Amino acid sequence: MLEHIKSFASGFFVTGDPMIYGADVSILLTILAVLFTLTYFKKWRWLWKEWLTSVDHKKIGIMYILSAFLMLFRGGVDALLMRAQLAMPNSNLLQPDHYNEIFTTHGVIMILFMAMPFMFGLFNVIVPLQIGARDVAFPFLNSLSFWLFFAGAMLFNLSFVIGGSPDAGWLAYPPYSELMYNPGVGQDFYIWGIQISGIGSLMTGINFIATILKMRAPGIKLMKMPLFPWSVLSSCIAIIFSFPILTATLALLFLDRYAGAHFFTLDGGGNPMMYINLIWMWGHPEVYIIVLPAFGIFSEIVSTFSRKKLFGYHSMVYAMMIISILSFLVWAHHFFTMGSGADVNSFFALTTMLIAIPTGVKVFNWLFTMFRGRITVRTPMLWTIGFIPCFIVGGLTGVLLSVAPADFQFHNSYFLIAHFHQVIIGGVVFGYFAGLYYWWPKMFGFTLNEHIGKWAFWFWNIGFYVCFMPQYVLGLMGMTRRVVSYSWDKGWWPLNLVSTIGAGLMGIAFLFQAWQIFHGIKHYRKNRDTTGDPWNGRTLEWSIPSPAPHYNFAVVPQVSELDDWWEEKQRREHNPYVPPAKEIIEPIHMPKNSGIPILMAGFWFMAGFGFVFHWLWLTVPGLAGVAICMLAHSFNDDSDYYIPIEEIKETEAAIRKVTTS
Amino acid sequence: MKSSSLKNVQKHHSDRHHSHPDMEEMRTFGFWIYLMTDIMIFGTFFATYIVLHNNTNGGPGPADLFELSGVIVSTFILLTSSYTCGLAVLALNKGKKQALIGWLAVTALLGAVFIGLEINEFAHMVHEGATMSRSAFLSAFYTLVGTHGLHVTVGLVWMIALMVQLSVKGITPVTKRKVNIISLFWHFLDVVWIFVFTVVYLMGVK
Repeated sequence: MLEHIKSFASGFFVTGDPMIYGADVSILLTILAVLFTLTYFKKWRWLWKEWLTSVDHKKIGIMYILSAFLMLFRGGVDALLMRAQLAMPNSNLLQPDHYNEIFTTHGVIMILFMAMPFMFGLFNVIVPLQIGARDVAFPFLNSLSFWLFFAGAMLFNLSFVIGGSPDAGWLAYPPYSELMYNPGVGQDFYIWGIQISGIGSLMTGINFIATILKMRAPGIKLMKMPLFPWSVLSSCIAIIFSFPILTATLALLFLDRYAGAHFFTLDGGGNPMMYINLIWMWGHPEVYIIVLPAFGIFSEIVSTFSRKKLFGYHSMVYAMMIISILSFLVWAHHFFTMGSGADVNSFFALTTMLIAIPTGVKVFNWLFTMFRGRITVRTPMLWTIGFIPCFIVGGLTGVLLSVAPADFQFHNSYFLIAHFHQVIIGGVVFGYFAGLYYWWPKMFGFTLNEHIGKWAFWFWNIGFYVCFMPQYVLGLMGMTRRVVSYSWDKGWWPLNLVSTIGAGLMGIAFLFQAWQIFHGIKHYRKNRDTTGDPWNGRTLEWSIPSPAPHYNFAVVPQVSELDDWWEEKQRREHNPYVPPAKEIIEPIHMPKNSGIPILMAGFWFMAGFGFVFHWLWLTVPGLAGVAICMLAHSFNDDSDYYIPIEEIKETEAAIRKVTTS
Repeated sequence: MKSSSLKNVQKHHSDRHHSHPDMEEMRTFGFWIYLMTDIMIFGTFFATYIVLHNNTNGGPGPADLFELSGVIVSTFILLTSSYTCGLAVLALNKGKKQALIGWLAVTALLGAVFIGLEINEFAHMVHEGATMSRSAFLSAFYTLVGTHGLHVTVGLVWMIALMVQLSVKGITPVTKRKVNIISLFWHFLDVVWIFVFTVVYLMGVK
């Protein structure tokens, strides 16, 4: 019996590597510490009622961003491990198998479990506030989206300690991701982790399209809407058309592995190239999905901190919509070397180059917004200014890569690695950081220390160039991606060492950010944002207190123009004696909290875990639980309530008391 | 919060919606967007089928396996169920609860027969050795047609749950929206089936 358990456990848990045992211990200690703290301070009830079951978009947004930071930490550790391995030739720090797992999890985590939730967090916190809404269109679905993302992310991360991590690269190309070459469970963790969180992403896409199209306050015509919601709309349109392709493709891969199908296998008539086409039909739009909202954030920030209306508002809107559509027509540029022929490659090279046009329009618009503006360089603006040159270089190397014949040289080299890190760190990550710093006071009601923030920025920015500029050269010198080590005679050592130093600088930058947040929490009282408008903003979210009350707007705003809050402030300044419009407070219709989303995500987790280990006894109850949760929700009529007028008045008075004291 | 004492406020407010949009209309709108995502899923499976349908790996091909007469019967059953689903919505609009539940029941019954015939077809094919793992063509066939069947099955469970809700709660703005949504779903599956019938069966046996 004991032998039986022993043999099961040695296959079930990941064993052998001291680094993994160390990680096991630290994970266990962290879990115990969290459980102990919650129990000791009697916070379980609070956690359940105020957060886990909340359908409030602001709280869901904060939970998304918190998860994104945890995942940034893990993905960052993966990155540092890789750079440490490559710092010296013939390094033995990581075994090849382990290295394969690390670059796979680094990619998946950074794109799907860091960038996506970070982005959804900002959507959630800001979009309803900017369009004068009290919540998203489907608050229950929103909570479910978050919990599905969380269940998927946890399932994926579980592979670190149970069963073994996936190791077939972040997009799991067959035939290597097929059962024949990859018989472990890692690839199944990959499939189900992404599948479950992908359903959540898809529903968020639906939710925000409906929110933006249907929930705008009176007067916000589409062309009077701030640019961030526009960017969210363009991103969500790409989500609803591309994520189903991902779901379908991973389902096919799963059928290959689970049911012996022959979609992408080498035998039985399967075609691995089919997978590569399908996955990039999602994968390319995906990078625009994550970068478009960053464009929206920069547009908001650049206009606020230049004290000017955004230059070329209309062209910005059209540019984002065109990018959203064009993003579906470029997928084959990821595999010019596949052998599709000159005609196909020319088409995709041209469409890829075309995308540079709307993107260039946006860069010029940002620059012209700053031109003759009264610029104040606070941290959000600093990230924006850092972003522009970085993104231009990243974009230009992208144009180089789009030249199909030249791509035969660049393909899968470190040149490519440097390019996509430059657009994703320089564009997406810088953008989300800018947004986080910009909206932090609105989310939490206090401002962060600018001084530490500037240190964090400079470490990130300098670290970025030190890390990735050498990689362009390494790529041209012939270093290909995913190599675990190289010999002395290649001559790659000095540049690799510099690159590793740059990665270390970015690691330090992350520590500065963590310090900045702890510092902010510690000096919370001193740095309270009592104005609700710390940056002298232009859009509606700055017209309400920080943090926003749970119903957001006591009275739904009437909007008459773009940058309405700015214009309102100008009117008040010029004409202080005009009494504000009489505001009639009415009972507010709000959704009720629900425990079903977290429960349902738990059942999905069960089902996914069962699929990974081929345990039908776990999968079947899991899926049945999902169905029961859906029916329970369908039969529940008690899903909303009204906040009475007195309560609104009390809340508003309490906020005013704090802000004037 | 203090929701229980607010019944009259709620009533008072249900007829002036200028401060927030009509929830039921918005949910219907959301469902339209969902249908677009479902089109993408089916589109991916269709594309896969079209690419792989000649890769029979030396095994049986479409012409060897499909019996068109059975599929035509299935098709007419599903088309009829779409018609009865339309009758259900007509009954809904006239406020006739019994007729509505009745037509939904007929629709569900026809849907169940369709699923039964499909399972029978699949079982027959598996019995002849044409399993999913036989060839890429069969993998793509079972996935495409099976996904449609799975959708119909989910629709059946949903429809039964809705009939229970209708008989308990009657026709309310909420149940009305739900009937409209499931009818959208049902017609959508019918349209998808037309494509399955054409691309898989008709073009397969020609």
